[in-house]
Amino acid sequence: MAGRTLYDKLWDSHLVTQRDDGSALIYIDRHLLHEVTSPQAFEGLSLAGRTPWRLAANLATVDHNVPTENQAAGVSAIEDPTSRLQIETLDENCDAFQITQFKMGDLRAGIVHVIGPEQGATLPGMTVVCGDSHTATHGAFGALAHGIGTSEVEHVLATQCLVAKKMKNMRITVTGPLGFGVTAKDVILAVIGQIGTAGGTGCAIEFAGEGIESLSMEGRMTVCNMAIEAGARVGLVAVDQKTIDYVKGRPYAPSGQDWDLAVAAWADLQSDADAVFDHEVTVDGTVIEPQVSWGTNPEMVTGVSGHVPDPQMIDDPIHRGAIERALKYMGLKANQSIDSIRLDRVFIGSCTNSRIEDLREAAKVVDGKRVADSVIQAMVVPGSGLVKEQAESEGLDVIFREAGFEWRDPGCSMCLAMNADRLGPGEHCASTSNRNFEGRQGAGGRTHLVSPAMAAAAAVAGHFVDVREWL
Amino acid sequence: MMQQFVQETGLVVPLDRSNIDTDQIIPKQYLKSIQRTGFGINLFDDWRYLDPGEPGMDHSTRRINPDFVLNDARYAGATILLARDNFGCGSSREHAPWAILEYGLKAVIAPSFADIFFNNSFKNGLLPVVLTEAEVDTLFDLAGTETPMTLTVDLQSQQVTGPEGFSASFAIDPFRKTCLLEGLDEIGLSLKDADAIRAYEARRRGEAPWLLRD
Repeated sequence: MAGRTLYDKLWDSHLVTQRDDGSALIYIDRHLLHEVTSPQAFEGLSLAGRTPWRLAANLATVDHNVPTENQAAGVSAIEDPTSRLQIETLDENCDAFQITQFKMGDLRAGIVHVIGPEQGATLPGMTVVCGDSHTATHGAFGALAHGIGTSEVEHVLATQCLVAKKMKNMRITVTGPLGFGVTAKDVILAVIGQIGTAGGTGCAIEFAGEGIESLSMEGRMTVCNMAIEAGARVGLVAVDQKTIDYVKGRPYAPSGQDWDLAVAAWADLQSDADAVFDHEVTVDGTVIEPQVSWGTNPEMVTGVSGHVPDPQMIDDPIHRGAIERALKYMGLKANQSIDSIRLDRVFIGSCTNSRIEDLREAAKVVDGKRVADSVIQAMVVPGSGLVKEQAESEGLDVIFREAGFEWRDPGCSMCLAMNADRLGPGEHCASTSNRNFEGRQGAGGRTHLVSPAMAAAAAVAGHFVDVREWL
Repeated sequence: MMQQFVQETGLVVPLDRSNIDTDQIIPKQYLKSIQRTGFGINLFDDWRYLDPGEPGMDHSTRRINPDFVLNDARYAGATILLARDNFGCGSSREHAPWAILEYGLKAVIAPSFADIFFNNSFKNGLLPVVLTEAEVDTLFDLAGTETPMTLTVDLQSQQVTGPEGFSASFAIDPFRKTCLLEGLDEIGLSLKDADAIRAYEARRRGEAPWLLRD
């Protein structure tokens, strides 16, 4: 028998029942909830007279809607009544169903994909789901993690299971070593640029190779986070000593005898040497340079030394049309150099890049410098209250503030602009988030996806620069 | 409870774009609702209207984008949406199929769909139909003429039929097909396996006790 992939092992260990029609029930160990995709699920549960199957599997927080200024004033102070109602609704649902929630203002609250790993609520070998596509993030721990819709949120609450069909196995091997000053964000953007936004559709992607192994856990989370931007619901990285070291001692992590049992079991959380993948892709990590997206989906990306493409050079009419439409929306010219793109706003945050390591990298770049006068706003939004506290204990907030950045409270913020943080029409933003779709950061806004260090350098220069020259 | 889908015969609206993401299908400001309804009027909001949309606006006063295909009078009352590859990419928001259904569309035909959107559609009785690139090309040619095209999508026979002898078959998982044809309650179905779920938990408690502590 051929060896099994990491995904095969996770699937096998969570299979409850395989039905004759090809569907299966898989067991869910951890269910994360937030305010946007849960209210209709709780309503459905109530209407059917059902209760959560296993309360301890659930952990909730508010992140998408929360203001990033003055959270200490409380939920009642939120100006937007629809945002306020949605947050209050989650509070009420969690109270009514006795689900553990980190409410707004709790130091442990923050972006759901930051707090899961931070609390040790995400563990190797688990299945983790959440009504949010960036749940792929948690795969960095060798956990089978993916986004689900609201109907499935209700299904998991009621049954602790999902109806699922096995995905295909894809492995993306990133060779190494990565170049100086090249980060996890650059790696994943380069991967998406190579395989496209639908390159991983139907697959669980395991990221492997020296270019991945050399990354910190924060970096691996950044890579897995954007698996969905390559079309794959699941991103995975094998468990190694870094994984175990990261998890140890966190509030929800096993301890004592449980810890020893767990660590022994986690040793198997990697693909067997003779495992066969349905798709294999190799990306040359040694040639990746800092990346900047120029278009309206994440595959429209290039290196900082590159240029915006010329649609006239594209033969395929559908592809050409998409590029022409993107350039029009983005207000860019064919062949324009990336370093000539000027920025109006800079956003450092999101479930992709708001962890302590991200903030350290950005702070290192801006230390002692000033945000360019032409930049209207540069903001840093930590991923959680604990990240914020850690950053402040290291003095990073002072570095950012002195450079002219705004230092905010945690939340999803301008990644998707559901709260007050957003772009104006036509504004260009260097953003450490994950999606550059039309209007994503505000109607008419123009998003350029970059790493924290690249965003920080762009804030200072007022246009994109190769941050490697600043390090 | 899942809506039924058996067969749909209706006008086709051609939306000739690839990578249509869920932020376009239903922009984030409308996700603040705690209801399952009220999204149809904001389907494709950024493309459909010229003025920026906010929840609670009086839509009778909004400026319609005459260049957007859904606003073309020829396609008024369409029940089938035709699009290019990777339809529904992006977020997991189930508000996307809710908005599409509430607008009056019953099926979406495209060469490929993003996984989460595809899955969410079935839970609500919206049928995503995957045809080949060539078949979709043909449909765009047929739909783009002065006289709009009517298609029939039949789930039982897994066939799409239309003008000029157009006929194409599509694949679908047996489980999803049954659920759609019968409008089954998926949670109720899964709970029939409650004993299997409990047996799994008991076994797992032995293998990995740290995962099942309360």
